[in-house]
Amino acid sequence: MTAASISASPISAAPTLEVRNLQTHFFTRAGVVKAVDGVSFTVPRGKVLGLVGESGSGKTVTGFSIIGLVDPPGRIVGGEILYQGKNLASLSEEEMRHLRGNRIAMIFQDPMMTLNPVLRIDTQMIETVRAHTKVSHEEARQRARDTLGMVGIPSPDERLKSYPHQFSGGMRQRVAIAIALLHRPELIVADEPTTALDVTIQGQILAEVQKLAATTGTSLIWITHDLSVVAGLADEIAVMYAGRVVEHGLVEQVLDRPLHPYTAGLIGSVPSRNKRGEPLRQIPGMTPSLLSLPAGCAFRSRCPRAGEECGIEPPIREILPGRDARCHRPILEAAEVASA
Amino acid sequence: MSATTLAPAAAPMIELRGISRRFEKKLDFAGRIAKRLGAPVREEIVHAVDGVDLSIAKGEVVGLVGESGCGKSTLGRMVAGILPPSDGTVLRQGRDITVLNTQDAREAKLRTQMIFQDPYASLNPRMRVADIVGEAPHVHGIVSGRDWNDYVDEQLRRAGLDPALKRRYPHQFSGGQRQRIGIARALAVKPDFLVCDEAVAALDVSIQAQILNLFMKLRRELDLTYLFISHDLGVVEHLSDRVVIMYLGRVVESAPAAEVFARANHPYTVSLLSAVPRIDSRKRAFSVVQGEIPSPLNPPPGCHFHPRCPHAMPRCKVERPALREIAPGHISACHLNDAS
Ligand SMILES: Nc1ncnc2c1ncn2[C@@H]1O[C@H](COP(=O)(O)OP(=O)(O)OP(=O)(O)O)[C@@H](O)[C@H]1O
Ligand SMILES: Nc1ncnc2c1ncn2[C@@H]1O[C@H](COP(=O)(O)OP(=O)(O)OP(=O)(O)O)[C@@H](O)[C@H]1O
Ligand code: SF4
Ligand code: SF4
Ligand SMILES: [Mg+2]
Ligand SMILES: [Mg+2]
Repeated sequence: MTAASISASPISAAPTLEVRNLQTHFFTRAGVVKAVDGVSFTVPRGKVLGLVGESGSGKTVTGFSIIGLVDPPGRIVGGEILYQGKNLASLSEEEMRHLRGNRIAMIFQDPMMTLNPVLRIDTQMIETVRAHTKVSHEEARQRARDTLGMVGIPSPDERLKSYPHQFSGGMRQRVAIAIALLHRPELIVADEPTTALDVTIQGQILAEVQKLAATTGTSLIWITHDLSVVAGLADEIAVMYAGRVVEHGLVEQVLDRPLHPYTAGLIGSVPSRNKRGEPLRQIPGMTPSLLSLPAGCAFRSRCPRAGEECGIEPPIREILPGRDARCHRPILEAAEVASA
Repeated sequence: MSATTLAPAAAPMIELRGISRRFEKKLDFAGRIAKRLGAPVREEIVHAVDGVDLSIAKGEVVGLVGESGCGKSTLGRMVAGILPPSDGTVLRQGRDITVLNTQDAREAKLRTQMIFQDPYASLNPRMRVADIVGEAPHVHGIVSGRDWNDYVDEQLRRAGLDPALKRRYPHQFSGGQRQRIGIARALAVKPDFLVCDEAVAALDVSIQAQILNLFMKLRRELDLTYLFISHDLGVVEHLSDRVVIMYLGRVVESAPAAEVFARANHPYTVSLLSAVPRIDSRKRAFSVVQGEIPSPLNPPPGCHFHPRCPHAMPRCKVERPALREIAPGHISACHLNDAS
């Protein structure tokens, strides 16, 4: 890797979306759950951002915050979600509804969050088209059919007449993706959409998504706990831990030379990064409760590099050109060697 | 009971001969709604496992992989003796488990323990951890009342849990800790064979690494035999001595782990391996296996894989390929092997 490609800042491309210091908290009886507490990233036009992190790190709440689906006792309490110069966090429910499903769409892990089990696919898709665009029934049907074809559903004309139960899980997810694509949105937030699917079916969907992102210019936020999926799919990656983004950069930079000790630990514990049959490198301990985060760096009790200064919470900062991390003692050795 | 009273020591830990299992397929939610709406859906017979021969040597770790619904769990439950086969015999150390007298059958059952994906569902929420782990050894007279406390502490410590926490209830533990409780409970009855069904699937990668390391440590310390069921090929590759691949109720290939990953023979195995996302891949075109997983209700005739197979020949549509040895310890069921 050359110095030139390291300085290719992900932030320099004109972003479709910019999230700045987002904070979404849940006001529960047990206390305030700071589910998202300082999330910043940009999603460049036509690019895929992989949002990764372990269970409970705040990925879904981040996605829901962007498309305005956070319900009480949750509330966005700080930060900005900038889309075309507008702060989505301050839009009215009405304005948000207009954007949602139109300019910004979401795909869920369970396609039945999108699909209605008692309606035929054509009914659902035509309704969705006409909710935001004034077109004839026949035009809407055409668009539905074309979009089903785009996501790789064979004989779309016939399949339009089916009910959701007549599709396999993978096909249902394709239909949900087609519905998200109906209005050629600028941004799709996809929350673990292939996690429940088998690898061969996941592979088919990832291939279609990759083609779509390249041909339609749609930007994607791809939420997953699976680093191997984003390795092949995403352009950029943001790693979350305990409600915060701890590292952000281009995929190859972050995965090849992680700056943050947590990112490094995650990558190291993937079986294929270890010698067969030998003990896997593991991160000791477990994620702290969001209700009672320790003072200082949230990763401190598990971090092999922790030192005195880590008792003070580290800010996220640009550690190398175009590369942000939230750490007092980032892993610079490998990166310095590699860029020298 | 010593192994010698069961059978000659050379007998495999487990041997399946022509095992099949059929179920009447219940309708899922979407199907039930459709039925109520008058759609022509009805319950049918599923051939979950269809004529499987499999032998596991003492001390061996066998990984069982395949896509959703191919019959892995059904096979695992028959191996563990908790689900009777529709046809065929299960031999444990040379003896048919269905014809053992009650005393021997009970012991055989104790000596094979199963560990499941969702530790929470398999732990009684109203019992303290000490009782969850210590109940079975007490009931079966494995430990005397006087030594019980120490025995429970030892089980917990071995599974990586602090015995000081043994008065707590399952909900007070994290997912990874609960899986450790499940492991401690299984080991407390001194099994020599563990059937792990997706035992790390619900865990985050950093916790997954901890539990996989525990499984490997226990294998060395206690000389355990494992049937390790997983849809995650990376995990299976890391852990197993031998890998068995199933497709729609049948074994299609089996070989030493290194051999499968270096020289897969069956076209399905080849497809499966190529579809696995790899953390070392970068912005790659995902390789695509054609077609959907066929319904086990109505599997394709001949070779079940033929509608998706890039090498399918006319013969594949009518004739079921038999498993044949293609290299020492490497068997595969594909007509292509006859040509060579
Ligand atoms: N309605 C709610 N009330 C209280 N806490 C909530 C609520 N929804 C989410 N949380 C908390 O917010 C935190 C972040 O949750 P989120 O669902 O975003 O995690 P995630 O990263 O998507 O995890 P996963 O990989 O398990 O889906 C969790 O600790 C969760 O318990
Ligand atoms: N108790 C049951 N009643 C009816 N059908 C069943 C039952 N158990 C399993 N089946 C069916 O048998 C087939 C094999 O199921 P099994 O659970 O063994 O698959 P699997 O390989 O473990 O899948 P997964 O990876 O999803 O766990 C499936 O079609 C399933 O629907
Ligand atoms: S700030 Fe300190 S404790 Fe936190 S990740 Fe960096 S080195 Fe580790
Ligand atoms: S038997 Fe025929 S269809 Fe089946 S895997 Fe071999 S070549 Fe393909
Ligand atoms: Mg989530
Ligand atoms: Mg299963």
